[in-house]
Formats: sequence, structure tokens, C-alpha cells
Amino acid sequence: MLNQYVPVFVMTLAACGTAVAMIVLTSLIGPKKEFDDKMEPFECGVSPVADPKARFSVRFYIIAMLFILFDIEAVFLFPWAVVFRELGMFGFVEMMVFLGVLGVGLVYVWKKGALEWE
Amino acid sequence: MVLPIVDFGAVAPELALTVFACLLLFAGVFLKENGRAVNPWLALAGVLVASAYAACPAEPHVSFSGMYAADRFTQFFKLMFLLGTGLTILISAKYSDDERINHGEYYALLLFATVGMMIMAAGSDMIVIFLGLELLSISLYALAGYTRMRAESNEAALKYFLLGGFAAGFLLYGMALIYGSTGHTGLFGIAKAVSHGSPNYTLLTIGSILLLVGLGFKVAAVPFHQWTPDVYQGSPVPVTAFMSAGPKAAVLAVMIRVFEQSVAFMNVDWTAWITVLAVMTMTVGNIAALVQTDAKRMLAFSSISHAGYAMVGLAAANKGGISAVLLYMLVYTFMNIGAFGILALVARKGEQRTRMADFTGFAYTNPGLAVVMTILVFSLAGIPPMAGFIAKFYIFMSAVEAGQYFLVFAAVVNSAIGIYYYLRFTVYMYMKDPAEQLPPLKASVGLLLALVISLYGVLRLGVAPGPYLEMAAKALLSF
Repeated sequence: MLNQYVPVFVMTLAACGTAVAMIVLTSLIGPKKEFDDKMEPFECGVSPVADPKARFSVRFYIIAMLFILFDIEAVFLFPWAVVFRELGMFGFVEMMVFLGVLGVGLVYVWKKGALEWE
Repeated sequence: MVLPIVDFGAVAPELALTVFACLLLFAGVFLKENGRAVNPWLALAGVLVASAYAACPAEPHVSFSGMYAADRFTQFFKLMFLLGTGLTILISAKYSDDERINHGEYYALLLFATVGMMIMAAGSDMIVIFLGLELLSISLYALAGYTRMRAESNEAALKYFLLGGFAAGFLLYGMALIYGSTGHTGLFGIAKAVSHGSPNYTLLTIGSILLLVGLGFKVAAVPFHQWTPDVYQGSPVPVTAFMSAGPKAAVLAVMIRVFEQSVAFMNVDWTAWITVLAVMTMTVGNIAALVQTDAKRMLAFSSISHAGYAMVGLAAANKGGISAVLLYMLVYTFMNIGAFGILALVARKGEQRTRMADFTGFAYTNPGLAVVMTILVFSLAGIPPMAGFIAKFYIFMSAVEAGQYFLVFAAVVNSAIGIYYYLRFTVYMYMKDPAEQLPPLKASVGLLLALVISLYGVLRLGVAPGPYLEMAAKALLSF
């Protein structure tokens, strides 16, 4: 049964071999002209040296947290919508309770001002 | 399609607390500065409603497809947690005003933590237990850092969070291995697989050890206790009081359920592991407490050693031992939160005075409170006729019955060590003159109420523990 995978295996080996061979060969036989600017790590033309301890505003984290929270809500809503008819009243009430709990959270963060950027 | 039947009776206290916690969140954002006085009382109302539901006698059963137990064991723990939370709210009322942390969120987090403990005690499935543990832990991380302007409080929150997350990893990995070897996450299923099936014993043993390590972190058992002193010292005093009683009892409830119920039939002697942990926990906790000059830190180490005593009952692994653990945690809830309440008063605003020396002359300035404190520390030391003695007595007796003489010897020696540092409170309060003149201390209504309840518990359980002991014994029958 595994025999039918042999071509795939050969193909994988050939691909990896070619890639490795190219890199190894260029570094071995290619010409090398080293100067300072060239040896610096390249980062889109921006100077790569900066203070690593840059501070982010805490607002980014709050927004990210809220995003995940309501993203999960959407994840739950899709399968619920698909089987909505079979679940009937029970499913409806259950989902409303779930949305209600999230609603409490939304009102809370809204009043707390977590959604204001400035 | 079969729809699940929702058994509201089994989760009524949890639901009540959740509703009140949401109300408190709303109170936190909608109430103006002057409306905040209502916060503690709203939280207290939630605890009372939940207690009313929890106290309702129900036929023991397991609901939610065998994942959630509604037996007397759960009921006992739920009522104990509610007692601890109620006392914490009472000692928090004045404190949170003084420290300017009287937010709805503070009390909401306390209630959410209580819901987490209840879920842990009721969970008869490892996933549910983990869910409860995380709800409890996340609330506690936030509470530990609640006085966010104090550097120690921030340190406590961060340490607790990092080490707690680390411990949760062990716990979850242990659960995964147990699932891998037995094919069940439900405790009944695991018990069946262990006793009748042929689980992979190597995996099961490693899984159980990892589980024990994870739970050991949470209950602050030596050698997994390093976080405890700093976290307990840095957290606001009422939060420390809360953390040292309820959550420990919740973890012990999980230990009892998992080890007595599920892996009990394992071919490895798991009581030996608990014995080792218990001896180390008692000894290290007590010896470290001896040299502390800070009362809060001393009580933190004392709480480590008390968890050790409770684990002696667990290591005895007989009916008497387990019901003694239940009684012990109940007594500990009463006496410890009371003692922390007085410490919160003595520490004054900003928690500047938590040293032992700050109790100097307390008996002359506040004779009544000094008597209460004396009774509470006598109880912590285990001197009759206080409840602490009765609790220890039953624990030691169960260990003797189980033939664990070495364990009893270690526990008795440790009790003797404990008396020394507990009595230092009395020495400072009664036998030394105050060095400086400070404005007099006045206990708030909430604190007085909490102390009355603690005192009642400590004396009632010390003099006539019968009904409570019966309750603890009954809790096991419905297992």
C-alpha cells in the first residue's frame, strides 16, 4: 500500500535536494564581496537598530482581547444557525442566554470606556 | 436529536452568584462615587441567596451527563465556600473603602472565584474540574493585584499568574495522560477503567503524579509552595484571607474526589506520595513561620502548614480521615478569616503595619478585640477547647487508625512548634508596652459581624462539634 507513495517520496527528496544543493553551492563557489551595509540584516530598507523595549499602548491589548471574545461568539453562532431548526425552542433560549452573558460584558466594557480610542 | 435536560437544581447557587456578580459589574460602571457603599451588601445578598439554594436538601445525584455531582459532599463544600466568601466580604467592606478599591469589580471577582470553587468541588469530570480551577485562578490573579498602586501587590499578581499558569500546565498534562491510559475524562469512567479494565499503568502513574504536582501547587504544598509567601504578603489582606481558606479547600475537594474515587484502585500506593507531601508541608511551613517578623507573612507560612495537617487526613485514606479533612477546612475557614480581619484592622490604612511588633499593646488599646484575637490564634495553634484542637484531634486519630504512626508523630511535633509562634501574638498584645502613640483603632460593623461569626464557629465547633462532624460524615456517604 505504501508503494504508491514512493513517487511522492522521490519527488520530495529531489525538491529538498535541489534547494539544499543550490544554497550550499552558491555559498561555496559564489563570489563574495562583503562590506558593512551589505552584511547588515535587511529589514525593508528601515534601519534595523532600534530600542527593543518599545512600549505599546495598553489599548492594543484590550482591543485584541475584546476581539477574541466576540470572535468566539461568532464561532459559536455559525454552527448554531445551521442546526437552528432541529434545536427548536431549547436552542434558541440557550443561545439567548449565551448572548445575554456576552451582552453584559459588552455593556460593561462600553461604559468602562474600553472601546474609546482617544 | 436528544436535547440535554438542564438540571437547574444542581447549579442554582452558582447561577445565583453569577447573576449577582453581573449586577456588581453593572454597579461598578453605573453607580456614582457615593453609591458605592451598596457594593459589599449587594455581594453579601448574593452569598445569602446562593446559601439558601445550596442549603436545600436534594437527593444525591449526578447531573449534566455525569459531569456535575449534586451530592452532600458538594453541598458541604459549597456552604463552606459561601461562608468563607461571606466573611471575606464582611472584612472587606471597610478595608475596600480605606484603600479606595471599593469597586463593583472587586466583589464581582470574589463571587466569580466562589463559583469557580463550587464547580471544582462539584466536578466529577476532569474537564469540569479544570474549568472551575481556571475560573478560580483567573479571579484570584486579578484580586491579588487589586491594590494596583502598591508595588508588592503587582508583584504578587504577576508571580501568582506566572507560577499558576505553569502549574495549570502540569495539571492539564496529567489529565491528558490519565485520559490517554483509561480513555475517560469522567471520574466514574476512570474508576471503572482502573478497577476492571487494563489501563496503561505507566501512563496512569505518571499522569497521577503530574496531577498531584499541579494540585500541590494550588494548595501550596511543599515543595511547590515557593509562590505562597510573596503572593500572600503582597495581596490585599482580605484577599489573602480569602485565598488561604476557600481555594485550598476546593483543591482538597478535588484531591479527595480524584484520588479516593478514581485512581484509588491503582496498583501504586498513592497515599505514600501524599504522606511525603504532608510531612514536608507541615515541617517547612512551621519552621519558616518561626522566624518571620511580619504577621502577614507568618500567617502565610502558617496556612502552608495547615494545608499539611489537612493532607494528613487525606493520607490516612479512610472514612474518618476524609470527614476530618472536611471538618478541618470548615474550622480553618472560621478561625483564619477572623484572624486576618483583625490583622487588616491593625495594619491600618495602606497596610503599613503588618509586623508582629505592630500588635504591641493591642490589649491595652482594644481589650475586646485582643481577647478575640487570642481565642483565634489559640484555635490556630490547636489548644482546647477551641475548634482548632477538635479538628486536629480527628485528623490525628484517623491517621492512627490507618496505622500511619510516623505521620502522626510528625504532625504532633509540628503542632508543638506551631504553638510557639502563634503565642507570640499574645506576648506582643499583652506583655509589651506600646512604643508609640497612634490614633485608636475602631472596628467597623462588618468586621465585628465577621468576628462574631468566627468566634461562634471556633467555640461552637470546639465545644460541641457533633452536628458538624455528622454533616461531614454524611457528606461522604453520598459519594
